[in-house]
Amino acid sequence: MARLDVSATELRKNPFKRNWLVTGAWVALASYMVFSFSAMGLSWERIRLGLGIAGKLMDRMFPPNFSRWELLSSGLAESMEIAIIASVVGIFLSLFFGLFAARNLMPNWVTVPMRGFIALCRTFHPVIIAILFVKSVGFGALAGILTLIVASVGFIAKLFAEAIEEISLKQVEAIRATGAGFLSIILFSVMPQVFSRFIGFSTYQLDSNLRNSTMVGMVGAGGLGGTLFSAFQRFDYDFVAAILITIIALIMLGEVLSNVVRKIFK
Amino acid sequence: MTSAQANLEASPFLEIKGLVKEYTSGNPILKGIDITINEPGIIAIIGPSGTGKSTLLRCINRLIDPTAGQIIFDQADLCKAKGQQLRKLRRQVGMVFQEYNLVERLTVIENVLTGRLGYMSAWQAWRRKFSREDIDTAFELLDAVGLTEHAKKRADSLSGGQRQRVGIARAVMQDPRVLLADEPTSSLDPKTAVEIMELLEGFSMQKNIPALVNIHDVSLASRFAKRVIGMSEGVIVYDGSPSDITDEHLKQIYGGESWLV
Repeated sequence: MARLDVSATELRKNPFKRNWLVTGAWVALASYMVFSFSAMGLSWERIRLGLGIAGKLMDRMFPPNFSRWELLSSGLAESMEIAIIASVVGIFLSLFFGLFAARNLMPNWVTVPMRGFIALCRTFHPVIIAILFVKSVGFGALAGILTLIVASVGFIAKLFAEAIEEISLKQVEAIRATGAGFLSIILFSVMPQVFSRFIGFSTYQLDSNLRNSTMVGMVGAGGLGGTLFSAFQRFDYDFVAAILITIIALIMLGEVLSNVVRKIFK
Repeated sequence: MTSAQANLEASPFLEIKGLVKEYTSGNPILKGIDITINEPGIIAIIGPSGTGKSTLLRCINRLIDPTAGQIIFDQADLCKAKGQQLRKLRRQVGMVFQEYNLVERLTVIENVLTGRLGYMSAWQAWRRKFSREDIDTAFELLDAVGLTEHAKKRADSLSGGQRQRVGIARAVMQDPRVLLADEPTSSLDPKTAVEIMELLEGFSMQKNIPALVNIHDVSLASRFAKRVIGMSEGVIVYDGSPSDITDEHLKQIYGGESWLV
């Protein structure tokens, strides 16, 4: 009792007592930042020099050069094809993988390996997966498609599984009580509960795949990225700018499309 | 009357023999339940919370697997049924839930039609291929429960009483040979509760099937039931006509007496 009284009076004196552990952590973070900058030689001089080079690059990028629009549009078309094929296949696979990974509907011996597989798909950055696929199936769009399918499964199969795990089992119980088979139960009590969230995740993944489809080309897996990479290497900075603007337009278009889809399925 | 029908009349609707359910072994919640149901109409099961009323109903349609005993229904033992056979038996048992358990994001008419899923393949269900007959029946049931104008609304936009009407329509849509209702009126106001009981009574008489209704409200039970089964601590302590229940029986079922005015 006595101890409680002491801490209670202290609390009354100052309810915002300094936590020395937290203060120490802030100080440590600040010192580490200072140390890192100096260890890498990032002085003001270096930053000013860098900004100057950036200025020159900007000069050479503008005005953007769209004269090679045929090359640009064929790269763009390929990127979009990669993104859309990978999204459709990836989402379709994720529907099943997500269901098999949902712990409230499936036994452990199904969910544990499935969750392991999904985690494995998410382990590596798409660039690493793309390199692996280019090495194993060769240069071109196929490697890009496979890369983005893996990336899609790793991301949305997990989100699908989590959405399914949050559903109300009362609705499932009611449909089970009608004598419906397993698939009918999924169709009529699980899907209605998760469908709009699935649409949300899927449009997000399409968005992300569009972005990544312009990247996989850098390592030879097809699409606009390859064009961009060679333009960089040939110092065709005005063409680089044209490609970058095209990518921005593509991503914005994707954003608009996903908003439309989300509205439709609300 | 054909001979098949005569046979049906002769054998009981439902026969429960020595039903035991243990969630943890050695700790039974149902301690040997015997009920034979020969007559259509409402049979009220009364008893305090936690006495196994819900468990009993869920054992009958095997949402819960009983530990021991027999449930004879349609000349088969429900306790032993598996897979296809279980689903075929289950679709003849309509269930109404305390919290309605409608599929919230489906429309009212879709919810009623889910009562037919036990009669359809998954492929048909996927394409929403309900037969013309089923669709007509579903709309007739909506007329009967007074929700015709709500058919296209989403289930989560309805009030509690309306939802329970949909729940009943869904159960009747199964063309059941027995209805189960687990506290169907507990979440409703007294007036709506009476209306729901009237609907259950109406359908059970119209279809000539029994309706087992778990219920807390003893006066509501006495008003509608032809037979009352009183349960206490996993055993049946009263089984008879509602008019024969005495305060002694109620004391035995619920314990204490301060609540008896």
